[in-house]
Amino acid sequence: MNSAVNAPSQTELDEFRGQVAAWLKDNKPTDPGFLLPQTFMEVGSDQQLDFLREWQHKLWSAGYLGMAWPKEYGGQGVPPVFQVTADAEMRRAGVPIAFNVIGLGWAGPLILHRGTEEEKQKYLKNILSAEDIWCQGFSEPDHGSDLGNVQTRAVRDGEEYVINGTKIWTTMGNYAKYMILLARTNPEAERKYDGLSFFLSPMQVDGIDPRPIQKLTGEYGFTETFFTDARIPASCLMGEEGEGWKIAMQTLQYERGAEAGAAGGLMQVRVVIEDVIECLKGVTRDGRPLLEDPVIRDELVKLMIEEKAQGLSNKRAAIQALTSDYPLSLNLSSKLRSSEYARRMRKFAVAAQGAHGGLYVGDGDALDAGFWQRAYLNNFSTTIGGGTSQIQANIVGEHVLGLPK
Amino acid sequence: MSNELSFSDEQAMILDSAREFCREKSPVSAVRALLDSESGFDSATWEEMVALGWPSLAVPEEYGGAGLGFGSIVPIAESMGRALLSTPLFSTTLAAQAILRAGRPGHKEQWLSQLAAGTPATVALLDGGDWGVENTSCAATRDGDNITLSGEKWFVADAGVAQVFVVWCELGGESALLLVERDQLAADAIKPHTLLDETKRAARVSFEGVSVAAGQLLDAGKADAVLRDLRLLGSLLVAAEATGSTGACLDTVVDYLKTRKQFGKLIGSYQALKHPTVDVLCKLDAARSLIYHAATLLEEAAAGAELDRDAEVACRMAKAQAVDALTFAGDRAVQFHGGMGFTYECDAQLYIRRAQYSQQQFGDAWHHRTRLATLLLDAA
Repeated sequence: MNSAVNAPSQTELDEFRGQVAAWLKDNKPTDPGFLLPQTFMEVGSDQQLDFLREWQHKLWSAGYLGMAWPKEYGGQGVPPVFQVTADAEMRRAGVPIAFNVIGLGWAGPLILHRGTEEEKQKYLKNILSAEDIWCQGFSEPDHGSDLGNVQTRAVRDGEEYVINGTKIWTTMGNYAKYMILLARTNPEAERKYDGLSFFLSPMQVDGIDPRPIQKLTGEYGFTETFFTDARIPASCLMGEEGEGWKIAMQTLQYERGAEAGAAGGLMQVRVVIEDVIECLKGVTRDGRPLLEDPVIRDELVKLMIEEKAQGLSNKRAAIQALTSDYPLSLNLSSKLRSSEYARRMRKFAVAAQGAHGGLYVGDGDALDAGFWQRAYLNNFSTTIGGGTSQIQANIVGEHVLGLPK
Repeated sequence: MSNELSFSDEQAMILDSAREFCREKSPVSAVRALLDSESGFDSATWEEMVALGWPSLAVPEEYGGAGLGFGSIVPIAESMGRALLSTPLFSTTLAAQAILRAGRPGHKEQWLSQLAAGTPATVALLDGGDWGVENTSCAATRDGDNITLSGEKWFVADAGVAQVFVVWCELGGESALLLVERDQLAADAIKPHTLLDETKRAARVSFEGVSVAAGQLLDAGKADAVLRDLRLLGSLLVAAEATGSTGACLDTVVDYLKTRKQFGKLIGSYQALKHPTVDVLCKLDAARSLIYHAATLLEEAAAGAELDRDAEVACRMAKAQAVDALTFAGDRAVQFHGGMGFTYECDAQLYIRRAQYSQQQFGDAWHHRTRLATLLLDAA
């Protein structure tokens, strides 16, 4: 949408990069004294929410969020490469996440690309400013990995739709003002996908009841969202009835970041193996530094090799001559490889701590305030959510290697 | 670290033509036909490889080579591994690198151009079974203009056909690299090993009493550094070859899983077989990224320049990952072929044997991870 804008020169970009770095240096929040979420799926307390809301608002006010979105909707109207540059600087500076992820990376770009003028006016700016929090209502309790089978019903009644059903794993469902909702308007459709419709649904409505789910970490961050004869305006329907599947699939492509239309900002705090090493530096085993133990060293180096290979594989994926054997391999296995690596790396980070590994968040003696214990448990959201690793392995086996179903 | 992974059009062409060549010259029937041959390779195929310029790719133009970087050999090594094609290419390439890196005035003109023209050569490094030792029992003594050796070397690859040996020995308490010609060895000096991998050839070579002109000594000041680099370059060649073999092994497994039925179903539909096969793919993908990362770093280095820390890390990571990937793939390939997998006739045996042999060459995965730990965990 910025095709009219000329691409910036390298000098302009370098200058901009310097500006962002300087701003981040001056404005990076100090340690709030409690553990911040690493991802938007971990916002479990009002304290965390208020902190992240303020940070995102600050980021946007400074002009470093939604940069490629048009000015009239709260953006800057500049080429996406500026946002990509700003994001890279945020990563480098290690600042907190831009937490309103479903708004910034899913609903926002969708509304920008196919919403009405009224919808753009109503929603976009408040997504960027963190005024309105958005959540996503795709998954259902009985259909974890099978999105096409969504059973929540939406029945047209005059100028309203009546919604009945249950959604699960609604991130920040208890804080959200709006939900992108996938519901079934036509149970008789020949193909199950054709019976689905897509709504920009308000959350503060009678009959919508988001109940927080306590995670294995003991914290919150998701809700199970119950719809009981909930009435939402018919104008909430996006596109036509029956286009729900197509639109839901469209939202997935924005995951690729600002270049694809997302507003930008960090979606998660990146954790790397050097962080694990840093944490383990003071740990001893048999009275000697743990990092001198040959078994531990071998395990660490295995993880370092794997992490290095992941980064290199992302680069190799763009080189056609080096992906010709199984062209889909690196892209389709990316989620499986990265989430499983992250899980094993965090598991190791806890297991190698000695007796400290048995402490948890809240214990003043826990290493890194219990960060690794919590991170390990939370990481299962990536090996389970969005299709479990076992489903991913089926997908890779069948679609990359051509193995039978 | 600006360029961690790139692949030039020239490298892509090398990869394309090498894959095509190896596929054509080395179908599995040809591999099997050579298993009990003396040399282990087809001399006509080797001559064609020489004609294609493969032994001279990383030799500077002034000595009759193509003047490319060492990274250009990686796609060839991968392609050869994929077709289980063995020739004296790796041995000759490493010997040429030794001469390129440590040759004294006259050495390169005399020897390097011969090797580039296809005279097989090899490196003689190991005393026994330990790739990690820092000294050798192969001793050299100087007597006027002559140097006399004692001791023997193990696992000298392609010793049976090599015309030139680069021998790691100790002279006056220091490491030295000495060039020895085939006709300077005793008649019974070469005793072939019986190798687990029947596609490979290596031998015990006795250098006892061998006396050569002192002029055949490579630059003594560079011996330690070049020895280290030879081991790293050898590791990368084996890693690239093993990565190719893993790819071929995976294809073999996938073919079987798509055609073999048990209990009325194609066995590939069972997740107990499907998921580990995906693991093979993921390990292979990691290995492939790492070997081409190492190739990228070496391609950018000046010819014959000492490997820097990043290149060392890259070669060691590539070797550790590639041989672990192949060891896993070969092991599962036998198992997943069921009763067939237990037979000599089944190709899975070729891969499981190649896997354990590659694991050992130029240091196993533990060897490299131990050194990586020092590089990565103890720095600063």
